Amino acid sequence: MLADLFTGSVLIGLLASGIRLATPYLYAAIGETFGQRSGVLNLGVDGIMLMGAFSAFYVVFKTGDLVGGVLLAMLVGLLMGLAMAFISVTLNAEQGISGIGVYLFGLGMSDLLFQKLINNVQTVSGFPVAPIPFLSEIPVIGQIFFTHNVLVYGAYLLVPIAWFVLNKTTLGLKIKAVGENPEAADTLGVSVAKIRYLTVSMGGLLSGVAGASLSIALLNVFQFNLTNGLGFIAIALVYFGGWRPTWVLMGSLIFSFVNALQIWVQVVGIPIPSDIAVMTPYILTIVVLVISAQRVRPPSALSKTYERLE
Amino acid sequence: MTDKQILPSGHPRIDSLEMRGIVKRFPGVLANDHVNFDVRAGEVHALLGENGAGKSTLMKQLYGLYHPDEGQIIFDGEPRVIHSPKDAIQLGIGMIHQHFMLVDSLTVAENVALGLPSTRGMMTDIDRVTKRICELAEVYGLDVEPDAYIWQLSVGQQQKVEIIKALYRGAALLILDEPTAVLTPQEVDDFFVTLTQMAKDGHALIFISHKLHEVMAFTHRVTVLRDGKNVGTVNTVDTNKNLLAEMMVGRPLNFIRNYKTIECGKPRLKVENLSALSDRGVPALKNVSFEVCAGEVLGLAGVSGNGQPELAQVIAGLRPSTSGKIMIDDETLTGSTPMQVIEKGVAYIPEKRNVDGLIKEFSVSENLILRDLDREFYSKNAFLNMNNIAKRSADLVKTFNVKTPSIDTPIKSLSGGNAQKVILAREISRQPRVLIAAQPTRGVDIGATEYIHERIIEQRETGTATLLISEDLDEIFALSDRIAVIFHGEIMGVVDRKDATLQSIGLMMAGEQPPETQAAE
Repeated sequence: MLADLFTGSVLIGLLASGIRLATPYLYAAIGETFGQRSGVLNLGVDGIMLMGAFSAFYVVFKTGDLVGGVLLAMLVGLLMGLAMAFISVTLNAEQGISGIGVYLFGLGMSDLLFQKLINNVQTVSGFPVAPIPFLSEIPVIGQIFFTHNVLVYGAYLLVPIAWFVLNKTTLGLKIKAVGENPEAADTLGVSVAKIRYLTVSMGGLLSGVAGASLSIALLNVFQFNLTNGLGFIAIALVYFGGWRPTWVLMGSLIFSFVNALQIWVQVVGIPIPSDIAVMTPYILTIVVLVISAQRVRPPSALSKTYERLE
Repeated sequence: MTDKQILPSGHPRIDSLEMRGIVKRFPGVLANDHVNFDVRAGEVHALLGENGAGKSTLMKQLYGLYHPDEGQIIFDGEPRVIHSPKDAIQLGIGMIHQHFMLVDSLTVAENVALGLPSTRGMMTDIDRVTKRICELAEVYGLDVEPDAYIWQLSVGQQQKVEIIKALYRGAALLILDEPTAVLTPQEVDDFFVTLTQMAKDGHALIFISHKLHEVMAFTHRVTVLRDGKNVGTVNTVDTNKNLLAEMMVGRPLNFIRNYKTIECGKPRLKVENLSALSDRGVPALKNVSFEVCAGEVLGLAGVSGNGQPELAQVIAGLRPSTSGKIMIDDETLTGSTPMQVIEKGVAYIPEKRNVDGLIKEFSVSENLILRDLDREFYSKNAFLNMNNIAKRSADLVKTFNVKTPSIDTPIKSLSGGNAQKVILAREISRQPRVLIAAQPTRGVDIGATEYIHERIIEQRETGTATLLISEDLDEIFALSDRIAVIFHGEIMGVVDRKDATLQSIGLMMAGEQPPETQAAE
């Protein structure tokens, strides 16, 4: 019976959904990578995602405008990122605590707005599948990689862009310097606050898109706590990836493939308790984190506030 | 602009810089009180003063990190306002900070390029930067490897990177904030050669220090600050160490002491083939062996990061050893808990005074009795005896000359020197058999240093075996009967103070074996 489960078409379906499911993790984790490389740990990712998910969903629910939905999600994400930057950079608050505050705000606020403005679970028609001409016609490969919606492609494009920015641009150099030794950057005329504002608000913007990818591209629905902790997994993936975009991509893929498999196992009705199945990706995350923790060193100034005067 | 005004780096020189009537206030402190200071092209001007005299504050205003409340900064005759380090760099000012401002995980070239506009717009132009670094390195005789990562470099090389970094930015005036604190004597010599050449080439150099012999050796003028005020500016050739010290402290100091040679009987502290790991799990101590006799000070010299804190921690019972033995008289100390170590008569002045030695939020009196809490004099049946504690604390504060408003003042409001005296009082008031003093005067002003040194000598006279761990060679030479040198976790050699020279100790600190004659007992 198990052999039947892994026929060619099933495998292709599994891999394709793995590719698709990695989308929100990628947006959120790449955004968080920038913040952490500059020394800011934003634990509020999940809350920003929820607000992004709701804003996008609301626009699409009311107007059907998908692009408008993504743009509003970006704006909301940006504003929440700015708020996080204001608290942790300007006010120099403890980053871990302010991030939890941002998370709880997003969790509560998105639900409040949902209840006031929509009130019951509805679905929308989200981003349609947009097969890439020619490439999508390649057998197997085409179905796995090139038959997705725009937000999925966007997430994968983000990885080389992020790599390029971090490793080849003056901005990347500044981000890394601020995250490793903010004092040194400061003495060279690099504004620590400016860089951190930039990375944290960009991270917020990308978290907003991550939320939108859930509510108007993958699930096409909104409900209380839609993300179900996905933003926290994204933070874990940043650590797993050793603060490098390519490794963050690897982590996201491993995680989402296991997730796709787990969903599939439940759908086919293999007699494994569903709770156990749902747990596997999370257990995997913990195991992977414990292993990877011994491998790379985080940015030296991660989660440390910077003040010039002693 | 004539040819003469161009420096070898290709940038214009600064003929004169003057800071006039600078006032800087911090909450509750007048850090600079109408200070005047000036420096000219071709000159090394020393800025001398104790900790807290206002040297760094003054220079941070020149570099744009702080802004003066009053006063003027005048460049080549024109008053300028410096808003930020960026402004300072643009005017041709470079600063070499005491703690290097380098990003370990980036390469030399990346560190140099950081914060500068690139010729390729948004993208970095590391290749061009690399080429220019090589040019500058050539002209100034500074050998650096542009592709090396900072963490791969020795401290001396990192300092060269700092100089290149400043020159690359067109620095004509360099502020050097205690640049020799982390170097071995040979590295210091190299460094002075470079600086002297730079001055000859027309750079203006400001040398912040409290090491008098360095100031005497290679500067042209000296300005002394005390308590935020000018004491005076003198030509180096017209002064001497004692006069400068008097200007710094405000009273004459005793520099030369005569120590008796002690006949060593049985060693009191004996360390045999001791090995231990660092926090990162790599060997920090490798087969370390030495002895300290009763009534002797053994100085342990070495550049920072060669296993000194690990050694102190192993002896104090704070870090496990992987092999070897520690004996105090005839008792084994290896494997004891910190409390057992204390009870066997070991006193410990830790290197990181604010982390391992004191609880900053606690009061002077609480810190004074912290380790003797369980003695019946201080507590009975879990209740503290407040009367006895207050009485004893007041005594100690008086005996050890701790300057504090009261015994209930939190340690964090005391100066470094006074905080150190609190540790000293707590540790040596118990008449220890062994004293481990790690960097006892780091960050402590000259007055308190003198006091702490006197107390260590006093301990020696009463028969305590002292292990003095210090990166300050002046201190090692002033107090030690014998000197051991540690390098990469190994003891390079032990020599008598009277046979030791700065040169021989310096070579060992850089990892060279001592000549046979000195190694033999």
